[in-house]
Amino acid sequence: MSTPEAPPEFEIDLSTTLAGVAFPNPIFTASGCAAAGRELSAFFDVADLGAIVTKSVMREPRLGRPTPRMAETPSGMLNSIGLQGPGIAAFLEHDLPWLTRHGARAVVSIAGSSVDEYAELAGRLRGAVGLTMVEVNISCPNVADRGQVFACSSTAAADVIAAVRRELSGAARVPVLAKLSPDVTDIVDIARSVSAAGADGLSLINTLLGMVIDPHTLRPALAGITGGLSGPAIRPVALRCVYQVHAALPEMPILGMGGVRTGADALTFLAAGASAVSVGTAVFGDPGAPVRIVDELAAELAARGIGSVADVIGAAHRPAGTSIRGAVAPVGELV
Amino acid sequence: MAEPSHEGAAKPRPVQLREAQVLRVVRDGSYTRLAVHAPAIAAAARPGQFVAFAVGGPASGLLLRRAFSIARIGPAGTIEVVVAAVGAGTRWLTARVAGDRVDIVGPLGRPFPLPVAAEPGSGPRALLVGGGYGAAPLFALAAALRKRGCHISMALGAASEDRLYGTLEARRIADSCVFATDDGSCGVHGRVTSAFDAALEEIDIVYACGPMPMLAAVAGLARAASVPSYVAVEEAMACGIGVCMTCVLPVRPRRGANGSNGTAGGDGSGTPIRMVRACTEGPVFPGDAVQFDLIGQPLPAAFGSQPGPPPQPVSAPATTFEAPR
Repeated sequence: MSTPEAPPEFEIDLSTTLAGVAFPNPIFTASGCAAAGRELSAFFDVADLGAIVTKSVMREPRLGRPTPRMAETPSGMLNSIGLQGPGIAAFLEHDLPWLTRHGARAVVSIAGSSVDEYAELAGRLRGAVGLTMVEVNISCPNVADRGQVFACSSTAAADVIAAVRRELSGAARVPVLAKLSPDVTDIVDIARSVSAAGADGLSLINTLLGMVIDPHTLRPALAGITGGLSGPAIRPVALRCVYQVHAALPEMPILGMGGVRTGADALTFLAAGASAVSVGTAVFGDPGAPVRIVDELAAELAARGIGSVADVIGAAHRPAGTSIRGAVAPVGELV
Repeated sequence: MAEPSHEGAAKPRPVQLREAQVLRVVRDGSYTRLAVHAPAIAAAARPGQFVAFAVGGPASGLLLRRAFSIARIGPAGTIEVVVAAVGAGTRWLTARVAGDRVDIVGPLGRPFPLPVAAEPGSGPRALLVGGGYGAAPLFALAAALRKRGCHISMALGAASEDRLYGTLEARRIADSCVFATDDGSCGVHGRVTSAFDAALEEIDIVYACGPMPMLAAVAGLARAASVPSYVAVEEAMACGIGVCMTCVLPVRPRRGANGSNGTAGGDGSGTPIRMVRACTEGPVFPGDAVQFDLIGQPLPAAFGSQPGPPPQPVSAPATTFEAPR
């Protein structure tokens, strides 16, 4: 994949603001694809990303689903982890302090099986040192009961977000992002609902529910039968969700994700209306991907004569031919 | 015998070499040996560790790396792996030619624990058991054991003669070796375990790498003979670096420890299982630690939530797990 060279002496401002919080650049990890940052620190400095979004943590330690948990698919993969994790106590004791010590901005993802569990998790995070933002995973597809996917119901989603919002308000207020599922009839409807319930922003999107059947055994390839589809295969779906939601709720901050593999991919999410972009499955194939994508994004902007990330957010919603502030020519004439 | 030592137990951090040069691609029976110039990996690598290759090129729809145990650690910064071309990714890899560039991450995982060095021939008597091309890391291991004065026996098994890997090299490096095939086309007719069962009385330590059923059988025989064993597992991995949690397997908890990062259950409260990552806590485990009968079985949802001590510094497996009960 060729990346344009940045013209010399052209300063690119990569900083962005998501739900009122400033970040030095718009590239984050994605929940479940970076653990709690420690392993990836062998490959890059976790402080060099906009933020580390940690793997969804639950109240109790959890073993997750049986193996096999993974199947590779065309330009993607299915996972069926089932939220294996250390539980909130161990996370607060070891993982969050580690991220803080290493200068990372931590977006902590939480997952529960009831409104009460989400509320308790949010309460445990109140005032935690190093907590930048909370992402509420109401859309993990790898649960036994589809009724537990809160993001499939606008009322259930709003109940969870309202409960988390209550716990993280007042002096302990931190922004709350609601992570939504694309597996719904109308994602805008869910987005409106969680927005009204107090979400400060949206993480779009979680994986799509999928399955693989082994052609030799004619049995499901995953022990959990179904799994979450991720990778470039879902990028058009993710972009569509970001675009639709931004069109309907232009003031609602969006953390976009889904199959981002290059700086150009990240740029398209910004254009669709995301203020920041998470890199998920790409990390599995290329552990250095997040920092590579930061560099590629800067080069892509420079090649278009665009001076800042802020200038391209939502660009796809403007009429064709509209010039981008800071760009030396209307975007489209250079590329 | 002397307990295996864990000199240099601090695990080196893996590195990503985006443009490592392919030096040799050699067909070897049903398999392909691939040698890559990767000095930063070779300098740190130890037997039992593995490397992961990106496949298909930058625009490929194959997103995930392919992991291979290190078969040889060369003196000039080379590492060698053995590849079975069974899918699109491995076919791409075996189609590389000398001079091509590949993206490689390593060394990954924990190595085989090694005994303390001894005079030639006076070290422990080691039995190395391999199944199919799972035998690959045993040759790097044998070279290291040889330097420590071990007496080395090898037992290699496969479905058929063309699936056996490394018979020539085994004859060269081992003091004794035995082969077994399911169809009787080479060596003993039957499982590799039937080829060495009786010999365990003469053995101080067993190392094995291959398919899970073979490892379960080897670990069981070693336990029955009260011989310590170390097995290197082959698990499907998405990332190989410890973040995705797909390659987990159930092991017995170690006392008084509660792992971080998803190693739930090891809280010392009698919890029967820890699910640990083959790529990070493994791929080498004490044979007695792995709960082979629970692999792929449904798991309890959650356990008690008492917090434990911080994750322990990475050390070789024998200090990480309880002694066999």
